[in-house]
Amino acid sequence: MTPTPTTHNGSGGRPEIVLDRVQTPPATVLLRGARLLDPRAGLDGKADLLVRRGRIAEIGDGIEAPEGAELVDAHGLHAFPAFVDPHVHLRTPGREDEEDIDSGTRAAAAGGFCAILAQPNTEPAVDSAPVLRSLRERARAQARIPTGFLAAITVDRRGEQLTEMAELAAVGAVGFTDDGSPVEPAGVIRQALQYQRLAGRPLALHAEDRSLSGAGVMHEGEVSALLGLTGIPSVSESTTVARDCALAAYEDGRIHVQHVSARETVAVIERARAAGTRVTCEATPHHLLMTDEAVRSLDTNTKMNPPLRAETDRQALIDALRSGTIDCVATDHAPHAREEKEQPFELAPMGVTGLETAFASLHTGLVLPGVIELGLLVARMTAGGEPFGVPTPSLKPGLPANVCLADLDAEWDVGEAGYESRSANCAFDGRRLTGRVRMTIADGTVAYRERSFALGAVT
Amino acid sequence: MRRHLLSVDDLSREDIERILGRAESFAEVSGREIKKVPTLRGRTVINLFYEASTRTSSSFELAAKRLSADLVNVKSSGSAVEKGESLKDTVQTLSAYDPAAIVIRAPQAGAAALVARWTRASVINAGDGKHEHPTQALLDLYTLKRRAGSLEGLKLWIVGDVLHSRVARSNILAFGRMGCEITVCGPPTLIPRGIEALGCRVRYTLDELGEADAVYALRMQHERMTGSFVPSLREYAAQYQIDGRRLGPGQLLMHPGPVNRGVELAAEVIDSPQALITEQVESGVVVRMAVLYELLAGGGAPSGVRTPAETGEPQPA
Repeated sequence: MTPTPTTHNGSGGRPEIVLDRVQTPPATVLLRGARLLDPRAGLDGKADLLVRRGRIAEIGDGIEAPEGAELVDAHGLHAFPAFVDPHVHLRTPGREDEEDIDSGTRAAAAGGFCAILAQPNTEPAVDSAPVLRSLRERARAQARIPTGFLAAITVDRRGEQLTEMAELAAVGAVGFTDDGSPVEPAGVIRQALQYQRLAGRPLALHAEDRSLSGAGVMHEGEVSALLGLTGIPSVSESTTVARDCALAAYEDGRIHVQHVSARETVAVIERARAAGTRVTCEATPHHLLMTDEAVRSLDTNTKMNPPLRAETDRQALIDALRSGTIDCVATDHAPHAREEKEQPFELAPMGVTGLETAFASLHTGLVLPGVIELGLLVARMTAGGEPFGVPTPSLKPGLPANVCLADLDAEWDVGEAGYESRSANCAFDGRRLTGRVRMTIADGTVAYRERSFALGAVT
Repeated sequence: MRRHLLSVDDLSREDIERILGRAESFAEVSGREIKKVPTLRGRTVINLFYEASTRTSSSFELAAKRLSADLVNVKSSGSAVEKGESLKDTVQTLSAYDPAAIVIRAPQAGAAALVARWTRASVINAGDGKHEHPTQALLDLYTLKRRAGSLEGLKLWIVGDVLHSRVARSNILAFGRMGCEITVCGPPTLIPRGIEALGCRVRYTLDELGEADAVYALRMQHERMTGSFVPSLREYAAQYQIDGRRLGPGQLLMHPGPVNRGVELAAEVIDSPQALITEQVESGVVVRMAVLYELLAGGGAPSGVRTPAETGEPQPA
């Protein structure tokens, strides 16, 4: 993604945000007859779209293919700006058996994403400049799509001592988070917010009060009572978000609340925003589509943190997605090894994969039944970079080409042909979904092409 | 009846009545000098216990032996489990011996259901975490029915640490299915939020205990008390102990054992004729014989474990 210089969050010019990827020659592609949909650019109609040397060159009818262009018959397909996922676990360094930068970015491209932000809860954690530098180097050798990295807020994510945030920002940290664990002491969050004036990047917060969540493994409610599983009450999340919003307001800092799951949290964020606090937030496809009822099966692919909550929570998240209180969709793609998930529910690790199914699952579960408009889904799935100053993809001529070409009628069974990810712990494994990404152009190059599509339609 | 016994939810009222009836007939066998029948001769039952247990494991052992089955006891200590073997590998290894049934006790909810996915044997849940203990519920039904005559309309109070109790969960379901009215009572910190959904009402004091036909005291589980759920055992006993003043003369008393004397129960009620605690232990053998018979020799149509689709979770489609 060609960066646009950004200054945000406080004083001074910051180093511009640069996402990393393998350098490949820019593509020249003509999409013939696709239905173009880009709410931000006011585009909604059938036309040809020409990508020339990696940029959106022209939109119109009967565009002539330049010499050497790849011609794609896109009749019957939709072309959107490609998606941005602010919350991905690439498991690198440390657990490359579960995911690496190559497989994780391949999975992202297969889901229609043109950029992702990776979380720093790796082994070791991304808490120092050398670790971040080496990761970025690896991304330049392996990443199929532009990839950014968040760094930890505290050393080894222990919630005690701040990392060298200014140096990490200078080396390219897109933001800071201890995701996977909350930063428990309010004093440390406050210091990080103060340091934000120097480091100039948002804090992304995993909100959880461990004195409330304890040894919990699922949402606290009727289903946990029935199963005899220790519950994680919604207030574990909402009280922490309330505290963090108060601190952000006090220090005039900027925070991004990760994976909102509870209706109480939505209410807290709405109030904070109304009072002028600079807070953004995200929600995952699984929280928007599933509830704790799914945990009755004790399928470990329904175990994640925060947990699947009640139907009233799910409805509140959908309303907030519609109203814009939830700024963007994030997958919280969290690969786990098969043997770790093939255990009793209480022993299995938390987390599910979702890059390859994010669009299709939300299209199937929310757009097709008429709960939300397709344009709204596209807007929320493309907006994941905004809280971090990463430009939002658009089909406007002149911009770098970030295009997701999708067949909204295609039905497929999740996992039927395996996954691009190295892990298979997908929350939607085995479900039949409608809508399939056929091709993804990320930062001007073709990052993904579905196999059958590549054989059948491309001339 | 299904091929496995994983949850009380797997049992219809008819299933329960059939098992209790069968247990009656085995009780008659147990009264003989030779307490053995040849029903399961040549078949193998594996007792796989990942948690300490006296009553459950020994009564399953006796039940299998009285039905003439070959029995293998596998405990987590001293087995490959101690060497880090996964549950899946252990189950697949034991299944290679072609057992007719695997009886499993494990500290995690859903362990028995997982085992059922990995073996061709019938699986009997002998306690999975805080989730369920269906054979305990069956023997409790059997014991109370024998003494009270009928279960329909009986008022049962379950008192104590409901939060950590698989016995409470299975009993709420089982006694509810047989037409009892169930009240759970205990410290608010030990009553799980949402428990009413199982079909019981909740009380935090023993003030209305007088209405109960039977009182089921739960064990105060020291070994599971990782948080400070009650200020002290002393205060717990002061509020919730069933003693001679609280237990009325017409009320029956049950307890799954082992009892903490002086905590959930006072000595005088344990030794009173109202207490069914020893009968519960006796019933354990015949009820487990009946369960083994039902699953292995009763000719019940085999069916699979529940699939996610059957549990009614919302689908995105």
